[in-house]
Amino acid sequence: MHFGLTEEQLLLQETLRGFVAAECPPSRLREIFDSGEAHDPALWGGLSEMGLCGLVVPESYGGAGLEVLDLAVCCEEVGGGALPGPILFHCLAALAIVRGGSESQRERWLPKLASGEWLGTIALGNDNGSWDGDPGAPSPSLENGALSGVKTYAPFARAADLVVVGTAAAGLAVVERDASGLVVEPIAGIDRTRPADRVILSSTPADPLADGAETFGYVRDASLAALAADAFGAAWALTHMTVEYAKTRQQFGRPIAEFQAVKHQLADMATKIEPTRGLYWYAAYACDHLVDEAPRQSAIAKAHITDRAVELARDAVELHGGLGFTWECDVQIWLKRALFDRAFLGTPNHHRARSASLGGW
Amino acid sequence: MDLQYGPEYDEFRAEVRAFLKGWPLTGGEADLPEEEQERLFRQRGIEAGYVYRQFPREYGGSGQAYDALRENIIQEEYARVGAPGNSLMQGPGMLVPTLLEMGTEEQKNHFIPPTLRGDMKWCQGYSEPGSGSDLASLQAPARLEGDEWVINGQKIWTSNALEADFMFGLFRTEPEASKHAGISYLLVPMKQAGIDVRPLKQMTGAIEFYEVFFDNVRTKAENIVGQRGEGWQVSRATLKHERNLIGNPRMIGDQFDRLLELARDTMLDGRPAIEDEGIRRRLAEIEGFVRACETSNLRMLSATIRGEEMQAILPMMMTKLYSTDVTQMIMKAAYDLLGAEGLVEPALGGNYARENFAAGIVQNYLFSLGPAIAGGASNIQRNIIGERGLGLPRDPRPSS
Repeated sequence: MHFGLTEEQLLLQETLRGFVAAECPPSRLREIFDSGEAHDPALWGGLSEMGLCGLVVPESYGGAGLEVLDLAVCCEEVGGGALPGPILFHCLAALAIVRGGSESQRERWLPKLASGEWLGTIALGNDNGSWDGDPGAPSPSLENGALSGVKTYAPFARAADLVVVGTAAAGLAVVERDASGLVVEPIAGIDRTRPADRVILSSTPADPLADGAETFGYVRDASLAALAADAFGAAWALTHMTVEYAKTRQQFGRPIAEFQAVKHQLADMATKIEPTRGLYWYAAYACDHLVDEAPRQSAIAKAHITDRAVELARDAVELHGGLGFTWECDVQIWLKRALFDRAFLGTPNHHRARSASLGGW
Repeated sequence: MDLQYGPEYDEFRAEVRAFLKGWPLTGGEADLPEEEQERLFRQRGIEAGYVYRQFPREYGGSGQAYDALRENIIQEEYARVGAPGNSLMQGPGMLVPTLLEMGTEEQKNHFIPPTLRGDMKWCQGYSEPGSGSDLASLQAPARLEGDEWVINGQKIWTSNALEADFMFGLFRTEPEASKHAGISYLLVPMKQAGIDVRPLKQMTGAIEFYEVFFDNVRTKAENIVGQRGEGWQVSRATLKHERNLIGNPRMIGDQFDRLLELARDTMLDGRPAIEDEGIRRRLAEIEGFVRACETSNLRMLSATIRGEEMQAILPMMMTKLYSTDVTQMIMKAAYDLLGAEGLVEPALGGNYARENFAAGIVQNYLFSLGPAIAGGASNIQRNIIGERGLGLPRDPRPSS
């Protein structure tokens, strides 16, 4: 029995943490955040060199052949650094093709995704605010090998070479960048580290994944676990950031961290988030090894952790005082990261309703 | 990550289950008084190697090699059938580990075997009316007269004081020494003149703890654990064990399951409450906290098994604060489900009998407010998490 990370996973986290600290320190993060160009070629090249782009792609297609838990522990670091860029969505697109693609589909796309030569993303949002898989979601139907409709909040779709689109009956289909009738419009999004776009499909050729309907649940659950991990990382980063600020900020002639009101608020922040680490581990592990539990546990983890992360970000803003409310203060970057993780692919209430039904309540 | 226990442990679980078919007792044994039945089955558990595993055989334990996973399996299986295993009473739960760590050979031989047999019952004498969270300010004096300690003063919040044969307690033996250095850890017979035990009624209406007054109470000079003035350090070991007893996240899943049952059984506007959207949402939100407790517990168990406790030091520090909060959340939700029935008086002793169901829930709700105070109040936990966990500056030094 081992409910913890392996040496390899810890090393992966450490390496990624080092990469984020070196290549995207707060000064660089701020530049990217203010520029609005979140897909940074240098960062993408670095992630590709580290093998992150092919993390979940089997070795036979040039990837590392790892699992959803490995992806999630990476997402913790990515969220911790508020790392701008599409890596999470790219890996989810790859995961969909790994799981649901035919042999020829895998051969066509996976090597390019694994190397990072192609960028992949997912488009699971619909124009009426629903997400694919929700009852009544107006997901587009595949007709004669083509899709028509509008998908929203598709992260980095403008830069993507390939989009995994949610279709009717919880199917998945791949649309390539140069497909006819594909128009991508930017949406001014809340999280400038991960802008999401509107994808307009007009009789756009799409290649359905061979086992799209079977794959959909797996991709959704993995996405929820990964978002929970990202929010967990962001929440811990906010806690550390606020602890450091409270140790240095002086009022009444001493660091505010000496005031018990502040100390207790910081302790509560940490206590909100630290005990949830196992929640995202368990959900991610379940995706590959406890498949019956995955839908429910990933829903619980996503709802709980993203809710706590947003609560905690609110505390972080408050403890930074007036500064915390400014554009200059980095707290807003992680606050918005947490807000994205919370709303993307369904709010906590949405997933709590799902977990209640899945639990047979 | 690997959540399988492996064949060796699966086999062990099967052995424990087979053993537990012996509970409840049958035949003539089933007619014994309840306490006798528990004592009998606990003794069988010791012989089988399932109860008091880490306590040496020579003192009445079962002397098994330390194995957190086996311990966990035993606790899960015992809890499943409600069989009497490790007693969580103050004696076996707190005093015995302390004596094993710090007691003399004579003390171990004299006190541990009868305590584990259930023949010697204990209470804890730490808090005083003026010394709660600031425990080291305690005043009850003990002075050495010849070969006896003579004790005066008062203790409070003393559970089981009425039935206890002995108290392990902290007393001020070195009045000239500084606050922490003037305390000794003494073992005091409770059945003697000069001890006055007075009940304290809780807000639940039940009486579970007492005030204990000392008027020239005596205990032998050798009934001190550790040296004179070392009582504070000795007590830290005991308090550590007490925290382990209170923050047991395994209980929380059961509490939540009972809450779900209640929501299924309670009718709201002509249908089961659990079908109400608002209630479902609230229960699902609470379940997030419950699952966090469970997975956090799994992390701590796993780290303990692998000798990597330091990797789980933060969740360990947070367990008490977190789990008492979550228990309150569960009990509050259960109370709210009662609606108007929440107006009834609490049942004594958490009576879950069907005809008294609401009163039992009311009792549980009121009772859930207590653990956040006992064994290190929540604000003290926040100080510990802040200072030791997050490296925040210590509070200004208290005057000593």
